[in-house]
This record gives sequence, C-alpha cells and structure tokens, in this order.
Amino acid sequence: MAAYKIYFVVWGALLVLTAVTVAVSYLNLGLWNATVALAIASLKAGLVALYFMHLRHEIKLVLGFAIFPFLILGLILVGTLVDAIYRF
Amino acid sequence: MSDNHEAPNGAPVSARLGIWAFLATELLLFGALFTAYAQFRITHAELFHQEHLKLNRVLGALNTLVLLTSSLTIAIGIAAIRRGLQKLLKVCLSLTLALACGFLFIKYLEWSHDFHMGWFPRTNLFFGLYFMMTGLHGLHVLAGMGVMIWLLYKAQRGSFSAEYNTPVEITGLYWHFVDLVWIYLFPLLYLIG
Amino acid sequence: MADHPNTSLPEDRGYLSEHGFRSWALTMDHKRIGVMYIWTTLGFFVVAGILALLLRLKLLVPGPALFSDHTYNVLFTMHGAMMIFLFIIPAIPSALGNFFIPLLIGCRDVAFPRLNLFSYWIFVAGIAVTVGTLAAPMDTGWTFYTPYSAQTSAAVTALSFGLFLIGMSSILTGLNFIVTIHTMRAPGMGWYRMPLFIWAMYATSVIQVLSTPVIGITFLLLAAERVFGIGFFDPAKGGDPLLFQHFFWFYSHPVVYVMILPAMGIVSEVVPVFARKPIFGYKAIAYSALAIALIGFLVWGHHMFVSGMSTVAGVIFSFLTFFVAVPTGMKIFNWIATLYKGSITFESPMLYALSFIFLFIIGGLTGLFLGALATDVHVHDTYFLVAHFHYTMMGGTVMGLFAGLHYWFPKMTGRMFNETWAKSAWWLVVSGFNVTFFPMFILGMQGMPRRYAEYPAKYQALNVVATVGSWFLALGVIIMFANFIKSLRNGPLAPDNPWRGLTLEWQTTSPPPEENFHEIPTVTDWPYGYGSRNEAPRE
Ligand code: HEM
Ligand SMILES: [Cu+2]
Repeated sequence: MAAYKIYFVVWGALLVLTAVTVAVSYLNLGLWNATVALAIASLKAGLVALYFMHLRHEIKLVLGFAIFPFLILGLILVGTLVDAIYRF
Repeated sequence: MSDNHEAPNGAPVSARLGIWAFLATELLLFGALFTAYAQFRITHAELFHQEHLKLNRVLGALNTLVLLTSSLTIAIGIAAIRRGLQKLLKVCLSLTLALACGFLFIKYLEWSHDFHMGWFPRTNLFFGLYFMMTGLHGLHVLAGMGVMIWLLYKAQRGSFSAEYNTPVEITGLYWHFVDLVWIYLFPLLYLIG
Repeated sequence: MADHPNTSLPEDRGYLSEHGFRSWALTMDHKRIGVMYIWTTLGFFVVAGILALLLRLKLLVPGPALFSDHTYNVLFTMHGAMMIFLFIIPAIPSALGNFFIPLLIGCRDVAFPRLNLFSYWIFVAGIAVTVGTLAAPMDTGWTFYTPYSAQTSAAVTALSFGLFLIGMSSILTGLNFIVTIHTMRAPGMGWYRMPLFIWAMYATSVIQVLSTPVIGITFLLLAAERVFGIGFFDPAKGGDPLLFQHFFWFYSHPVVYVMILPAMGIVSEVVPVFARKPIFGYKAIAYSALAIALIGFLVWGHHMFVSGMSTVAGVIFSFLTFFVAVPTGMKIFNWIATLYKGSITFESPMLYALSFIFLFIIGGLTGLFLGALATDVHVHDTYFLVAHFHYTMMGGTVMGLFAGLHYWFPKMTGRMFNETWAKSAWWLVVSGFNVTFFPMFILGMQGMPRRYAEYPAKYQALNVVATVGSWFLALGVIIMFANFIKSLRNGPLAPDNPWRGLTLEWQTTSPPPEENFHEIPTVTDWPYGYGSRNEAPRE
C-alpha cells in the first residue's frame, strides 16, 4: 500500500481544495472571487499534472510538449481580448 | 541518434510524446471555448453573474469529487500494472468506469433540470457556453469510457503486464486531462460565472 | 537520356510489388499512404482548377454571361475551399511528407503507422461528407463568415462536420511526424544533420497540431449556432461576429505556413543539389522555419483590419505582421547565396524551385503592402489580395510541389519522365501564371473588388488578359501531368540517384523496398557537402 500512498495524499489535497473553493464562493469578495477560484483551480491542476500525470519525473522533452501549448493558448486569449476590450 | 532515452515511466518516449501532443490539440480545442468565455464574461458581466446562480453548486462540487476520485483510481491502476498486478488493474479500471458513469448520471440530472426549467443552449450566452463546454467535456468522458471498456477487455485476456502497459498509461494521461478540464470548468461556470 | 532507354519491366518493383485494392487500402506503408494522398490531392487540384477556369471564362465579359450570379458565388466558394482544404494543405505535408520523411531521416516507417492509415481514411471520410454538401452547395466564400454562414440555406452544418474530419486527419498526421522526427532518426543523425525538408516539416507539424483544433471547435460552434441556435457569433443575441473571425484566422493565418513551409523545405533540398554547392546558412534556414511557425501565431488580426476590429488591435497586429517577413527574407537570402557561384544546371526540378523563389518574393512583398494597416484599407478585398495570395500559394506552394514532384518522381516510381516535355510544361505554367495573375495587382490597385460576378466595363481589358493567361497555365499543367502519366507506364528506368543528391533517400533503390533500406544507414555527415568546400554546421 505504501507505494500508492502518494496518490491518496494528492487525492486528499484535491478534495480539500475543492471544499475550500466552494466555501470561498459563498463569500462576496468582488474581483477576488475569480482570482481565488482560478488560483485554486491552477493549484489542483498542478497537482494532477505533477503527480497523477507523472510530469514530476518526466524528461525535458515531454515537459516541453506539455508546457508549450499553454503559450499558444495564451496568444489566442490575449489577442482576442485585446481587441474585445478596446472595442466594447 | 534520437531522443529515445530510457523511459522512466514504462511507456516508450514515442508513445508519451504522441499522447502529450494529442493533449496539446485538446487543450486548444477547449482553449477556443475558454477564450469565448473570457470575452463574454467581460462584455456581459452582469448576465453571467445572474445566470450562474441558477446552476446547482452542490451537484457541481459532487461531480468534481467523483471525477477527482476517478483520476485516483486510474492512477492506482497504472501503478498496479507496472508491478504486474493484473487483478488490481481490473478492479481500478472498473471503479474508474463506474465513477465515470456516476459523473454522467449527475450531469444528466442537472441537464434535465435545466431543460425542465426552460434553460436551453439558445437561452442566452451563458447557457450557450455552459452547454457547449459541459457537452464537449461530456463527450470526452464518453470517449474515455469507450477506451476503458476496451482496456478492460484486453486486461481480461491478460494482455497487460509489468513489461507491457503502454495503452493503460496513455489512457490514464487522457483521463487526467479530462479531469483537468473539469477542474477549470467547475469554478468558471458554477462558482464565479 | 540514353538513346535506347531501358523501359522493360524491372523484376524488382520495391514497395510497389504488391497489387490489388487491399494492398493499398489497408497498407501501413508510409510510402503507399503518401501515394494515395498524392492521387487524392492532385485529383482535387484538377477539379478545383476546372472550376477556376470556368470563373475566369465568365470574367471575360463584364456583364451577365454563362451562369447566374449565385452560381458564380457557389463556384468561387468551391474553388477556394477545395484548393485550400483538399489540395494545398495536405498536398505537400500529407503526400510528399508521408513518403519522404522516413526516407530522409533513414528509418523504416513513421512512428505510428496504423494511425497514419487512419488519418488517410478520415481524410477520405471528410471528403465524402464535404462532397455530399453539393446537394445544397456553399455560397459563403471559403472563409464561412458569420452571420451569413449561420443563416444561408446552404449545407453549412454538414460541411462543418466534413471539415472537422479533414482537420482531424491533418492533426494526426502532424502529430505522427513530430514524434517520428524526434524518435526515429537514423544513427548519427543529430538535429544539424537533418535535411532542411525535415526541419520544415517539423515546423509545419507543430502548426498543424496547435492551430487546427481551433478551427475544429469553430466549425462545431458554427454548427451549434445553426442547430441549437446559440448566439456566440450573432450580434442579435449578444454575440460577436468578430469572435468568429478571430477564431477563423487564428487557424487560417498559421495555416498559410502549413502551405508554404514544406514548399520552402523542398526548395532547400533542390537548390543545393542543382547548384552543386553546400547550402548557405543551414542553421539560419532551419531556425527560420521554426521562427516563421511561431511568429505566424501572432499576426492573424491582419485579416481583420477593416472588419471593425479595434484600432489598437489593428495597430498591434500590423506591427507584428512585419516580423514574419524577417525569417522569410532570411530564407530567400540564403537560397540566393547558395546559388551564388554555383555550377547551376537547369533541370525541371530546379526550374520550378527557381520559379518558387522569384514568384514568392513578389507574393511576400505584396503581403507587406497588405500587412500595413493604412495601405490595406485601400486594397483589402480587391483583386490585389487575390493576386497576393495566388503569388504565394500558386507561385509559391504549387511551384514547390511541382519541384518536389519532378525531383522525387524517379524515386517514387522508379522511372524517369521526359525532360523536354517537362521543360515545355514549365514554360507554359510559369508564363501562363504570370499573365493570369499579374494583371490582378493592377486591377486591385484600380479598385476592382473580389468575389463579384460582374464588374464595370473599364476593367475588361486586363480581365481578358488574365483569362487568356489561364488557358496557357492550364495547358502547361495538362502537359506536365500527361508527361508524368506516360512516364509511369513506359518511362526509362530511373537510376537510384539520378540527380546525384546526398540525402538518404538517394542511397536506397528506386523505387525503395518496402522496408525503405535493406540496412539502416549510419549518418556521418550533413547532407549538403557538395563541391569541394564542405562547411558542415557545428552541433
Ligand atoms: C511575408 C509573408 C506574408 C504576409 C506579410 C502576408 C500578409 C497578408 C495580409 C495582410 C493579408 C490580408 C489582406 C486583406 O485581407 O486585406 C493576406 C491575405 C492572404 N494571404 Fe498572405 N501574407 C504572407 C504570406 C502568405 C502565404 C505564404 C500564403 C499562402 C501560402 C498567404 C496566403 C494568403 C491568403 C489565402 C490570403 C487571403 C485570405 C482571404 O481569402 O481573405 N499569404 N496576406
Ligand atoms: Cu495572414
């Protein structure tokens, strides 16, 4: 069982974080609501990627494959929003 | 010469590069939807705020737990087959499948409630996004289930072992990705809309 | 060519030995899959080409003629959509890329042969769906802009689905190539010993994998707009038609580099072979391919200058557009420097490669006119734009494809084509092309808008010139294909290395055996050590 322990720990952390983000959503923090929710989501995503998806032990090349697409995603987000923000 | 280093994770480098490249395309597939979300949330902030309150936060959270747990079970399944534990792999695959069914069932409850209330994709931009995003995500869950049934069938015939388990590992990565998408969809749609 | 060419059937037909439908339809041999792509894509080149000839024929006269205005809209939509999605995007990557990537890097097949076959068949499935839409043919233009595409009675929903499948094929092919290039290179082939065609294909594949999903989801949203009535792109429902254009061009600008980069790769192979000189600036050419791929993701807004996009975004996109010209210019500089003081011979592959360089310079430079915000406002949606993209896509990509087809014909088929006929075809193609499209620059500057069936009579003279040019162009293409088909049957047998090239495909037989190489070669040098000086790049 010891070998699987890390997975259970990560899973526990993910559940706790879910509880936290739901709890926070009942408070009214203005803009901070979105910030906190996204920060917690990213934390959870990081945990899944690093532990469940084994990125922690991956070679550099695969890491590159995992990270690079986010750059492109950033481009479409920024490009589209720059236009939208100045248009509306 | 090639970039074929000793694999730390069992599956050969080519398979891992292949699946990560595939996940990259998936990221951009959902990425466009996230972009649409971002733009409309900025231009229709008021609408998003009102409409998102209509979604059932508790069911959404429950579904998050279900999906996270299914990620756990498949991760354990992979660790198991790497040690050659075929039986545990089958248990884990079945559990994952069951949880995926649970996820879709809860989604079904939510959607039927929405339809009952007269909220459809054409109702407004928020519900358009909500149905497109969760719908596309649901399709990915379904596809994952299809693959896992096939894995279970192969596992039943003893195809996987400590030496050969690439398909299990690849499917696992895909499944975690589906989980990752939900990790973002949940707060964006249910919590902060 | 020898006086008495040996045209009898050789006993060893390599990968072509097996016959019958199944030996093709179910093959996992990348070479056979490549050949199937060649036939499919060239088939659509011919069909879409015939449509173009019809359009040009109509434009001989300013007023109504031949067919209705609506038919004209349908014809130019089908011409554009077929040329782009069924011909030019898959033509070099899927066809020649499939055939030659494994041969050029010295391995037996792509990384995922089964996936490769699957890609081909979903391509065919996508085509089947697309052809099915002829029941209610599209009249939207190949860009499918909303809100019109969300409202027209044409079969937009079915077409979206068909193009989604074709996109999937494109993604999976790109993915396959990326992994192949990373993991299957022959022993000794470091990154700087890779042929430049491989660098180009690598950059191309990255674009395919990362941009195609965006058009995929865009088509799905367009279909959802029609089927479920969601209003993302419909201003009446609070949506934003420009969001569609952002998504569309986020794919469709990078994809012009999916078209051009492989052609640049072919030119980088052909030029040093026929100039008998080492390629100049190997690393610059290699990295400029990656740079073009990357910068290509930053400039899509230059298609939207007059769409109502915000001025701020317009200025930013215009500024960024100029950066694409830098790596592009670097490549052209390096090819010309390779030619400098070379022992150039003018066989047909080289003629096409040189035409590429010449015509693409014109296409690229006029791109800068269009990329400059202020000038684009005047020439946007005029024939100037039509001329620009035909100089890049026909003058660039298609010339590169023709260069590649002639260059590799002996390797693929095991036979030589007739060089005299090839040269005559080249004369007709290149002169016909210029006569057809150069007048369009002038027409555009004079203000003739694109996509209209009729035009003011003052534009007629140049339109007649263009139409007559298109006949010469067509004749050239017919002669070229006839030459190929005749040579397939009874051309003289090709030697293994007719052009004395140094890349690995020339070290195996013509045509190659099913396993490509009887023994996997070991690479000890870069592939451009022609002539006396050998300046291999350092790792
Ligand atoms: C130096 C490189 C290039 C630059 C700066 C450039 C710039 C531009 C610009 C600014 C436009 C939009 C014009 C308008 O809509 O008013 C355009 C249109 C277009 N370009 Fe290029 N371009 C370049 C290379 C290419 C290449 C390599 C291809 C294809 C192989 C290509 C294909 C097209 C097409 C198809 C259109 C028309 C799209 C439509 O139907 O509206 N361009 N180009
Ligand atoms: Cu462009």
